[in-house]
Amino acid sequence: MYSAKIKVTLRKSILDPQGKAVEHSIQSLGFNNILDTRIGKYVELKIDTKSDEEARLVTDEVCRKLLANQVMEDYEFEVVSVNGN
Amino acid sequence: MSKAKFGVVVFPGSNCDHDAYNTLKHILNQDTEFLWHKESSIGDRNVIIVPGGFSYGDYLRCGAIARFSPIMKDVVKHASNGGVVIGICNGFQILCESGLLPGALLRNASLKFVCKNVTLNIVNKNTIFTSSYNGNGNVKPGKMVVPVAHGDGNYICDEDTLKSLNDNGQVVFRYENNPNGAIDNIAGIMNKTGNVLGMMPHPERASEGIVGSSDGRYLFESVINSIN
Repeated sequence: MYSAKIKVTLRKSILDPQGKAVEHSIQSLGFNNILDTRIGKYVELKIDTKSDEEARLVTDEVCRKLLANQVMEDYEFEVVSVNGN
Repeated sequence: MSKAKFGVVVFPGSNCDHDAYNTLKHILNQDTEFLWHKESSIGDRNVIIVPGGFSYGDYLRCGAIARFSPIMKDVVKHASNGGVVIGICNGFQILCESGLLPGALLRNASLKFVCKNVTLNIVNKNTIFTSSYNGNGNVKPGKMVVPVAHGDGNYICDEDTLKSLNDNGQVVFRYENNPNGAIDNIAGIMNKTGNVLGMMPHPERASEGIVGSSDGRYLFESVINSIN
């Protein structure tokens, strides 16, 4: 069994208004050294496979087809073997 | 009698399906049926409306899950064969997600849900969606006044796509005053072949005087005329 941990974020070239709003709020708390805040999504999948390569392939496909819209979002992920078989 | 047979797709969470149905069936007296999203075929319908709302609760991204509903396969096939498809608000988001239209809809720049009447400039009058806008009867000649009601209407695409949208006359509507930060004030676009339209504002909610504007009905009348 594998577990995939996926992060989906707005592309760097796209203004993240939600991140900006949170950034202003952080700065208003007095954290003046916080310069950039980006907000994204975190997704975890459990994958029924014994192969590291297959886990990566299937995760990448799910990201491309559904989890991220590549017009506006980037994704990154890591897969780790977990107990289960 | 018009040859247009309208099909209004209903997803779990659609909420403008009845506005579209009412406009087409009761105001414009058209042959109109609902199409449940689990159907695998659009049957004999030749104009498909993908309505506004919050399909699947806007989970993941607006429209991201609805595009995989069974009915969408046949809607995409219909569009690929030159059939007419109109996506309004959430429907626009779904058409972008399904690849029928380029670009995507981001969160409004203000981060606020915006719900108000807006004035649109009809940028391209030579389309099957806008041919009946001659200024007669409109609130403002050559323009249309229709409501927007969305949290994610901030249209975005890359520069090459924007250039080709402009060069090919695919930008159909622009906001007079941009309510959401959309690139180039874009409110509605169509595909290259001119048979698929997506727009954030709601023409179906502005099709009889009692609701404050009937400018939206000419959009549907244009389509009806194009089918005959």
